[in-house]
Amino acid sequence: MKQTPFTDKHIALGAKMAEFAGYNMPISYTSINEEHQTVRQNAGVFDVSHMGEFLLKGPAALDLIQRVTTNDASKLSPGKAQYSCMTNEQGGIVDDLLIYCIEAGNLYMLVVNASNIEKDWNWISKHNTEGVEMENISDKTGLLAVQGPHAVAMLQPLTDMDISNLKYYTFVKGMFAGVDDVLVSATGYTGSGGVEIYFKDKNDNAERIWSEIFRLGTPQGLKPIGLAARDTLRLEKGFALYGNDIDDTTSPLEAGLSWITKFSKDFTARSILETQKADGVGRKLVGIEMQDKGIPRHGYRLQNAAGEDVGYITSGTQSPSLSKAIGMAYVAKEFTTPGSEVFVVVRDKPLKAQVVKIPFLA
Amino acid sequence: MQVPEALKYTKDHEWLRIEGDMATVGITDFAQHELGDIVYVEISALGKELQEGEVFGTVEAVKTVSDLYLPVKGTVTEVNPDLEGNPEFVNQDPYGKGWMVKMKLSNPEDVAQLMDTAAYSIHVGA
Repeated sequence: MKQTPFTDKHIALGAKMAEFAGYNMPISYTSINEEHQTVRQNAGVFDVSHMGEFLLKGPAALDLIQRVTTNDASKLSPGKAQYSCMTNEQGGIVDDLLIYCIEAGNLYMLVVNASNIEKDWNWISKHNTEGVEMENISDKTGLLAVQGPHAVAMLQPLTDMDISNLKYYTFVKGMFAGVDDVLVSATGYTGSGGVEIYFKDKNDNAERIWSEIFRLGTPQGLKPIGLAARDTLRLEKGFALYGNDIDDTTSPLEAGLSWITKFSKDFTARSILETQKADGVGRKLVGIEMQDKGIPRHGYRLQNAAGEDVGYITSGTQSPSLSKAIGMAYVAKEFTTPGSEVFVVVRDKPLKAQVVKIPFLA
Repeated sequence: MQVPEALKYTKDHEWLRIEGDMATVGITDFAQHELGDIVYVEISALGKELQEGEVFGTVEAVKTVSDLYLPVKGTVTEVNPDLEGNPEFVNQDPYGKGWMVKMKLSNPEDVAQLMDTAAYSIHVGA
């Protein structure tokens, strides 16, 4: 199993550890509910160093990104980031990712899911016909997400860069906690505000950043948060998780990602997605809220009142903020209207549920 | 991790407190820790005689779900009513307030095949 720069810290803190995407990662430190509420109400720190980072450099970098991703990266100026996805030739999703514009037209950082690093690298390399310089810096890059309504105020004293007024999906680069060349971006996967902090994993950078963040944060209630709470936090906000809600067989339009699918430019399988847009898709990713007692889980089937299959659950949990069982599911288009009645098959029993609007938590 | 004396254990991480031909059953400290925050406990087999290893209920936690297996042949006679409103008792006090069911043992001599404290401690590496 691979380690992050912080694996030993998680173990020393007594975290429940498990393998995730080949890395030994903290699942939970105390309790999922407690960690979840810490982020919603105050601030928490996630080690997400397992994520992958690629640098794309050279005059053809933007053109390559435009061809492999669905969003319009030509809109990016230095200091701006963008959520996007890469499509395969069938119009499925290779991965969802963030694109950071470091130098317009010339230098970009792509942040991809840990489980897809190799697949994405090969996919982009295959399309790199114009000699873009590509570097996989995943193993040399540390990443902490400090998330929650009070996160930024806790961290501001650690840098001269103005991070308090960073707009959503923008970033700055510079000295942070005495470490040079740190990228701080107003992004995250919790919907509770905060920043993500990318740094070079060399010398004692990881140790300094971690200890400085907690030196200031601990007296204010900052806590380390595991991947389990990361999952409940993102699910309440309806953020898709690759491998659960989106994958090689789901299209961005089915997944509700038409807002990052721009037909003003060319990209892989554009014509397939254009047809889907014109004709409508047969199924869509929707929110599900249980009416009967039960918790929807990844892979559970959805049925109509007659007991016929109409879809399947992609993610589900007991929402700590709402105290309700919620999930996301692909359902046939006749059932996508909020209020539609569906049945989730939980251990062979069809339990009543309702289609609801995403996000579950505003 | 707590593994109290005077209880019997199964490899599926359940404990039994034996009193004559009756037993109180719950899940161990190890099990509640593995499951994480428990949302509810559903007992599906009240009043039915079940074989050893048959599913008598399920535990739903935030992150996962797990079946409950009857440790020995018998009949579930009572369900802990407090878990309906306070499922967190299973996390907080797995051997006390977090007990799940009481059961009548079909063959009290079956308890001989269960693990004792020492054997269970080895089983979970405690």
